[in-house]
Amino acid sequence: MKSATLDKLQEARAAKRPVALATNLRSGQQLLIYADGTEGDLCLDMDMVVAAGEALKTDEHLRFATPAGEVFVQVFNPPPRLLVVGAVHITEPLARMGALAGYGVTVIDPRRGFAESQKFEGFAVMGDWPDEAMATLKPDSRTAVVTLTHDPKLDDPALAAALRSKAFYIGALGSRKTHAARLGRLKEAGFSEPELQRIHGPVGLDIGALSPAEIAVSIVAQITQVRRGDS
Amino acid sequence: MTSETDVLSEAAAWRKSGKGVALATVVTTWGSSPRPVGSQLAVDDKGKFVGSVSGGCIEGAVIKEALEAIADGKSRLLDFGVSNEQAWEVGLACGGKVQVYVEKLG
Repeated sequence: MKSATLDKLQEARAAKRPVALATNLRSGQQLLIYADGTEGDLCLDMDMVVAAGEALKTDEHLRFATPAGEVFVQVFNPPPRLLVVGAVHITEPLARMGALAGYGVTVIDPRRGFAESQKFEGFAVMGDWPDEAMATLKPDSRTAVVTLTHDPKLDDPALAAALRSKAFYIGALGSRKTHAARLGRLKEAGFSEPELQRIHGPVGLDIGALSPAEIAVSIVAQITQVRRGDS
Repeated sequence: MTSETDVLSEAAAWRKSGKGVALATVVTTWGSSPRPVGSQLAVDDKGKFVGSVSGGCIEGAVIKEALEAIADGKSRLLDFGVSNEQAWEVGLACGGKVQVYVEKLG
């Protein structure tokens, strides 16, 4: 890899700009492919550049044969995101485990003193109201949103924003009873039954989790299942 | 913040500090292989490495090839698998096959 290519690649990653690197495995020539252009000494047919651009959206590496040799396309997307609403007892293990699983974690809690805790050092923390935070963070198809506060004032606006987004996972902490009441409120706010089915509630896989860390395991496991599973 | 090792950033930092560096990337897998396509391993000219391409089974052989790539500047495409004699030696015990591309960082 030429040093110029490495520099450009690192630059794009630092700016969280999606980029793919196409490499001819025979010649070693390479091409950086962005959503809006390319850069490098490897010549590719337009349809291959388009396919590589698609790979940026699906997060999947590609490999195809060309007359000049096999080409491997590696996608360097920014990490998927995990947005956690509520800086409560489950938040710390969830943030840590989410980070270990490769997510860029942001903790959101407008209540004074909650999110400022030292426990969240090293994580992005926002003291905004959840609807404002969601407007800033703009959840996309590579984002998971989890609400943990139990407080409708905080959880509901975050869930509403998540439902209007393409977030691949939406989860809400709370018992079946709490969740039923929550669904009732969101229904009144105008969300349909199929839309509400996107919310995983009670959040997490049913593994009998009791402690905060165990509940965090069940949530990260469910997010993984949704992101990687076949169904 | 994420805790996943950023192999490429580590490799870029080594390169910036003047070390010879090679990057190995899993480009194809067949059957059950321990690390997915796109997994990377960076090696410096002293054989120090970060990342993984197999979870340990073929790292030794990849590092040897990476050191040669640093020395001669040539990229290589390596095949490891049960049908491959070299792989038998290095022992990809899981029975999968992987193809690893090794390139020197300029």
